[in-house]
Amino acid sequence: MQIAPPDFDRMFGALADRTRRDIVRRAIDGEEGVAELAGHYPMSFAAVQKHVAILERAGLVTKVRSGRRKVVRTNLEALRVARRLLDQYEELWRGRVDRMTALVTGSKEADR
Amino acid sequence: MTVTAVRKDPQALTMILEAEFEATAERVWQLWADPRQLERWWGPPTYPATFTKHELAPGSRVEYHMTGPAGDQPKGYWDVLETDAPHRLVFRDGFANDDGTPNDEFPRAEARVTIEDLGGGRTRMSIQHTFPSAEAMEQVLAMGMEEGLTQAVGQIDAILAEGVARSA
Repeated sequence: MQIAPPDFDRMFGALADRTRRDIVRRAIDGEEGVAELAGHYPMSFAAVQKHVAILERAGLVTKVRSGRRKVVRTNLEALRVARRLLDQYEELWRGRVDRMTALVTGSKEADR
Repeated sequence: MTVTAVRKDPQALTMILEAEFEATAERVWQLWADPRQLERWWGPPTYPATFTKHELAPGSRVEYHMTGPAGDQPKGYWDVLETDAPHRLVFRDGFANDDGTPNDEFPRAEARVTIEDLGGGRTRMSIQHTFPSAEAMEQVLAMGMEEGLTQAVGQIDAILAEGVARSA
């Protein structure tokens, strides 16, 4: 069920909406179909369906068969990929700050 | 541990990192303003940077290259947008072609550096990095820079330590 390659613009764009983030959160359990999800929000079935379609195109959720029903399920791997991007950037800057610290602070490290 | 806070906002494609140094704002500013010092921390130990053009004034372009373990030399540049020594530096960070011209295939991130005196010889530096799109961020990370990261993080390289002794 892996969706490749991930489209990051689409992914972050899809996550920029509060309702869609909430759908992603609820769909982690993967037990509800679009109609049931729609019951959680003060908006029409069509509007929720549209949100789900945007999330689907971004690879964040998939519709999977569960018995006779179709349920919406979050693609956890896609969420992890999005998160990892920012984590990598943080690592880059943490490395830089460590080196900056070595330059401005005492000479303890220089003795090693 | 000098990094005091990291805030990431995947929706806004922004990461803010705060760090504190036992040094004056002027000393921390020198890490950016003196190219020889900048070279000691900008690239990871496996990809040291060399700044060939460096003037921190609005409208000027800073140019550098990094040198990888296989002798590869990826080039980069900053377009300086704002400066207010020793407190503020804003620039766009991009990659360049072999001849030094900006490589437009790679997106540019905007970095906003703020340096403030906390008193008692301490200084806080915050860096806000904003990407134009998620794809931009992915491309920047895919440049191979992250390969040297594991080695760089938490590691104080012997050369850098030497630099500490020299600049002390």
